[in-house]
Amino acid sequence: MDNNTFFYQAFVYLAAAVLSVPVAKRLGLGSVLGYLIAGVVIGPFGLGFVGQEGQDVMNFAEFGVVMMLFLVGLQLQPELLWRMRMPILGLGGLQLTITTALVTGIGMMTGMPWQTALAIALILPLSSTAIGVQTLTERGLMKTPGGQGAFSILLFQAIAVIPILALLPLLTTHAGASVAPTTDSQALAGWQQTLLVIGTVGGIVLGGQFLMRPIFRFIAATRLRESFTATALLLVIGITLAMQKVGLSPALGTFVAGVVLAESEYRHELMSTIEPFQSLLLGLFFISVGASIDFNLILAQPMLIFGLVLGVALLKCSVLIGLGSLFRMGLSQSLLFAFALVQGDEFSFVLFSFAAQSQVLSERLAGILVAGVALSMALSPLFMIAYEQVIAPRFAAPASRDRPMDTIDDNENAVIIVGFGRFGQIVGRLLMANGYRITVLEHAPEQIDLLRRFGWKVFYGDASRLDLLAAAGASQAKLLVLAIDDPEKMTQIVNLARKHFPQLKILARAIDRRHAYALIRQGVDRLQRETFGSALDLGIEALKLLGMRSYRALRVARLFQEHDQEALSEQALLAENETALMARSRQLSQDLEHLLQSDNRDLPNHIDRAWDISSLRQPTEDPR
Amino acid sequence: MINGCENTASLTVGYHPEASPFCTSVPLFMAGSHSILILFAHPALEKSQVNRHLIQAVTQLNSVTIHDLYEVYPTFHINVKREQDLLLAHDILVFHHPLYWYSSPALLKEWQDLVLEHGFAYGHTGTALRGKKLLSAITTGGSAEAYSRRGYNYYSLRELLTPFEQTATLCGMQYLPPFVVHGTHLLQSQAQVEPHALAYRRLLLALRDDRVNWLALQPDRYFNQQLDQVLEPVETAHYG
Repeated sequence: MDNNTFFYQAFVYLAAAVLSVPVAKRLGLGSVLGYLIAGVVIGPFGLGFVGQEGQDVMNFAEFGVVMMLFLVGLQLQPELLWRMRMPILGLGGLQLTITTALVTGIGMMTGMPWQTALAIALILPLSSTAIGVQTLTERGLMKTPGGQGAFSILLFQAIAVIPILALLPLLTTHAGASVAPTTDSQALAGWQQTLLVIGTVGGIVLGGQFLMRPIFRFIAATRLRESFTATALLLVIGITLAMQKVGLSPALGTFVAGVVLAESEYRHELMSTIEPFQSLLLGLFFISVGASIDFNLILAQPMLIFGLVLGVALLKCSVLIGLGSLFRMGLSQSLLFAFALVQGDEFSFVLFSFAAQSQVLSERLAGILVAGVALSMALSPLFMIAYEQVIAPRFAAPASRDRPMDTIDDNENAVIIVGFGRFGQIVGRLLMANGYRITVLEHAPEQIDLLRRFGWKVFYGDASRLDLLAAAGASQAKLLVLAIDDPEKMTQIVNLARKHFPQLKILARAIDRRHAYALIRQGVDRLQRETFGSALDLGIEALKLLGMRSYRALRVARLFQEHDQEALSEQALLAENETALMARSRQLSQDLEHLLQSDNRDLPNHIDRAWDISSLRQPTEDPR
Repeated sequence: MINGCENTASLTVGYHPEASPFCTSVPLFMAGSHSILILFAHPALEKSQVNRHLIQAVTQLNSVTIHDLYEVYPTFHINVKREQDLLLAHDILVFHHPLYWYSSPALLKEWQDLVLEHGFAYGHTGTALRGKKLLSAITTGGSAEAYSRRGYNYYSLRELLTPFEQTATLCGMQYLPPFVVHGTHLLQSQAQVEPHALAYRRLLLALRDDRVNWLALQPDRYFNQQLDQVLEPVETAHYG
């Protein structure tokens, strides 16, 4: 590919994405449909901007799927997987087993050999994680029982892909066919192959657990963002190469690596680093799917393919609705999750081409199936629109009534604490002691190590980056507690959060008076000067040792505090007008001068008026 | 933790820097001796000459614990367990406070709300206070006449104290006639205050040493109005 065609192609793909996705989203069709339509438009059956080389692009863009599974893995700590085991195994297992059995039966009835029927039946029940999760999230339906059920099934399928990949080559109807043409390990015997697989996966688990964390810590200590990005990409690409070498799915490898690293402090940073690449590549992938839909094939056998699409959709829907009522979801929720999962899986493109390579399926059959899956993906957003327009309104009341079912923890904590030094820790400990779960972002690797040793969930990352805040769950959180030392950085974070997560209440720790002024002007919701509270407490102790009753000492201190707080808010607005050139020390001494002038020395004498009986003497001495 | 003195610092009244700790209870197990807990509540003791004298008169008596609530709990954050342990360790409770709006200062009310728990002070299993005695030691700015049908407070002090009396009854405690100092606005010189302080001390010592003739006690008069009639003479001085 020379430079000209490379840039030309990049231009065409990016322009298609930039033009079609916003339009599709505006029309309520979702981004996936936008990409697919863009692909059809620029493809050989549309405007013909891209032709045969679309296949190359698709191969490259499949890497987006690999990255997606890495990200799915990152979101799945072993603990979370364990807590969701019932819906995952129950719903997911039954969905796959029942649908596979039915499709196999139907396939055999049409006269296919059982191997072929089974191979197809293993792939068709899969549903697209990308489309399913994206459409549910876009519509805010992820938290409903139906949404959670759909997510459980998608999780099970993500894991089930692994044994399916292993199983497919065994279903070949051609004697002597090799496992996968691309591997170097075809000469090995079955048990050697098995050992190799176990060894590789084990290597990823152990490497992720013991090797990657020190490496990431070393890289993080350099504080160079691009080296972290490079390391993250290197990790994903390295695993991909290793897995291809042993003839396994790269997606499986990165998924396992993701799960292993989900426990690590670099989880959010990794997610936010990989995510842009993943979304871009996945978009590219959807475009190339659209471009590669073989309309000639569809036009040649329209009844067969549309029949296939509708038949499979009908079958999946019935199985899912049946399961929904088995798991007591209520009809509206069953319909929701059935409609969210009708589409085929992007992974089935990989599986079908793999099956074709392994000569389990003929190229022609695989082509028909791929066209069918692509069509079903293109149609699935329409199903969701149908659900929203036709079905959901009828069930409006019951749906909201049976809403809170399972509390599946998705790691979206209500509080994000940025900076976990001396200050942030106290806030965090208080919240944790009262049963609130918190997400902590910290940028000092040494600090993270220490806290992790004591069992705290602390994540590495620079919170002045929008993507990292988003990965930490800022769009769902309620509070953002800022307890970092760097005033400039805090200003950046406040601006970012105000702009992108307006629902967040911001609680900030100010370094000193000047910093407090700046934060007040930025409109943080709550503010605490880091030394003020403790200095006030020590002042109370001093007053008590000087002979003041402790209740009075407390009250005069509170009064002083109120007074000072008022002065702070007033002067915050004054300080805005001062020239920025004024030397800082001069500013601070001027602040102090203002303060001393405004301190009313008689103020404490006013507090006990209610209990002062001297004023009562006059009237009572006077006989009435 | 028997007498609540494990933390003397928190029981210190600080209006005199050189003042000795109020917590003076020394376990003294002698026949006919009761332990007394004074729950003292005054938010601005530095402004009350009368209460300062009253408290000083009963300071450093054996078996008498002075618990200065506003000094110990300026934030109103009451340690319930500790307070209940203190109650268990004493036989006679004294609510010592000025009368504010016909009741106690806020902190003593908070103390009642939190410490006199169901299951501890009342209810089927709440028997911890049964058989103990409760004395109200009250100072009022208004004169005695003000607390009568002819006065501007209309009700008598005994009537106004019925919430405390009923509290004692519900907890199975005997409510004693109150110790009352009226017209604190008019008591200015040491000489005017001194007799009240001595009477307070005399009453507490008699209660401690069980020298009260209960049969002679008239429930509808103030305790300090009938000291001479109901207190048995001191045989051997037990002062201090």
